[in-house]
Amino acid sequence: MSSLLSVENLNYYHKSRHTLFKNKKPFHLTDVNFSINAGETLAIIGDNGSGKSTLANLLVGVYKPASGCIQLNDKTLAAKHSKERCLNIRMIFQNTKESINPAMTLGDILDESLVLNTKLTAQQRVEQIDKTLRLVGLLPEHKYFYRHKLSDGQLQRIALARALILNPKVIVADEPFAALDPSVRSQTINLFMRLQKDLGLGFVFIAHNLGIVRHISDRMLVMQDGRVVESGKTEVLINWPKSEYTKQLIHSYYSLVNGQY
Amino acid sequence: MPLLDVKNLTLEMDTADGWVKVLDRVSFSIKDKEIRALVGESGSGKSLVVKAIVGALPERWKIKADRMMWQGEDLLGMSQHKRRKITREQIAVVYQNPASALDPSATLGDQLMEAISKDQLSGIWFWQRQERKRKIAIAHLHKVGIRDHNTCMESYPHQLSNDVCQKFMIALALISQPKLLIADDPTMAMVASTKIQILKLFKHLNQTRNLSILFVSHDLLSIFSMADSLTVLYSGQTVETGRMNRILKRPLHPYTQALLDSAPSFSKGLERKTELPTLDGSIPPLRHLPIGCRLGPRCPRAQKECVKMPEERRIHEHFYRCHFPIHRTSR
Repeated sequence: MSSLLSVENLNYYHKSRHTLFKNKKPFHLTDVNFSINAGETLAIIGDNGSGKSTLANLLVGVYKPASGCIQLNDKTLAAKHSKERCLNIRMIFQNTKESINPAMTLGDILDESLVLNTKLTAQQRVEQIDKTLRLVGLLPEHKYFYRHKLSDGQLQRIALARALILNPKVIVADEPFAALDPSVRSQTINLFMRLQKDLGLGFVFIAHNLGIVRHISDRMLVMQDGRVVESGKTEVLINWPKSEYTKQLIHSYYSLVNGQY
Repeated sequence: MPLLDVKNLTLEMDTADGWVKVLDRVSFSIKDKEIRALVGESGSGKSLVVKAIVGALPERWKIKADRMMWQGEDLLGMSQHKRRKITREQIAVVYQNPASALDPSATLGDQLMEAISKDQLSGIWFWQRQERKRKIAIAHLHKVGIRDHNTCMESYPHQLSNDVCQKFMIALALISQPKLLIADDPTMAMVASTKIQILKLFKHLNQTRNLSILFVSHDLLSIFSMADSLTVLYSGQTVETGRMNRILKRPLHPYTQALLDSAPSFSKGLERKTELPTLDGSIPPLRHLPIGCRLGPRCPRAQKECVKMPEERRIHEHFYRCHFPIHRTSR
């Protein structure tokens, strides 16, 4: 079976203009390879500054890779395919609250992506917005609201709605659960899993919490300093980690859970 | 005698719709050498409790408490001068967001050396003071795990990464040698390995310097691994207080149960990719606080009686406020 999204030998070089530590090397993201099928979840874990967010930005096309290719349904996505990429790979940003424009109603925010990417009429767009809002567990009335009226959990749903409204195949999320409160977080996780099951989405997410990673992901990618240290099936990787770094991460997680460190 | 004893702390806030009780009879106490965790979701008033303890709330808000004692002295009744002295010398706070809590216009070294109290500099000539200050500052930076002290002392807050700033905040809090450390969400958005470093540091300080810690957070994982006792806060009400292991083994309040369920790491028999148990709805906003038990509308066990706030009940050292606790079957 061909995979939904596959990445081969992806490289990226980032030159920083001035650096705090004089001997700091420019950031390199080297040789990233992975692939996911429809309905699968890939989790990316790693320290701060290991290139997780850079990889997410490369996938959605914010940055341009230096070499390597990103394939969607066995078709290479080049720079000129930005439209196709917009329609099929959508992103949820780290700070949900800051990523939503405070001066626009939520309906307008959702409408914007439809206006820019589709040829639907105004009537169809409204229908699509209502449908998507219901899908993520909000009411159609929420489209008249501004962001300050909603709670964090509801904003997370709006971010999800904005990602889902173009019926994408892949969603890339940068720490979608980190800022949420425990009870709202489980609600959101349930919602993600339900939507994934219903719509067959591919889901790439960056996370810190190994408990959540183990619960919802199928594959895992461990990153350190711009390199992929280890990748594979979540169950296998968590039970039998090979590299030193992964062992350390998993060990520290388990020692937290068991309270022995 | 407990170090800090808070009983029925009520805080009323002035809003457009009149006075709102943001904290409703919060009680807890911290013993010597104890690590107490204060758990709650955002908007539950955790940070307000912290601010009420150190007296950093606006004066027009009404604070009432049956007692708020610091080592037998009433914090609310004493003079402003005395209270400041106590919070300066004996209580230290690590604030939530290091990037915004630190002074952006001064180097970290200056901020750290400013916080050294005069007692630590007594008995030496004035020209030796600067050198002594620097030594103390560097020693504290090493203690919290910042090795590159020169870079850290010379840089401004925005130049360093968030977790270094967080460690620095802890050094800043410890440098005045407090008895009680209040840590307001110190491990937010950290990877497990950094988190463990910080937690180890806290535990170490607790054991070697007899530091009591009030650990305020919603990160259940780090709390369960280090705290001795736990206070659960929901919408400004304490719902359950007690020893950590007792609460973990048998929570009595439905909210505590929901909180424990919400962390996938703790439910041992949980099948992968299955639905997690949750409470319906979300945390009520301030202007729509329900009467009585504030969990009421979301609670799976709620009944008619729940519109009245339940009195505090106790089983040994385990306090809870619920009409229909989990150990009793609901009728």
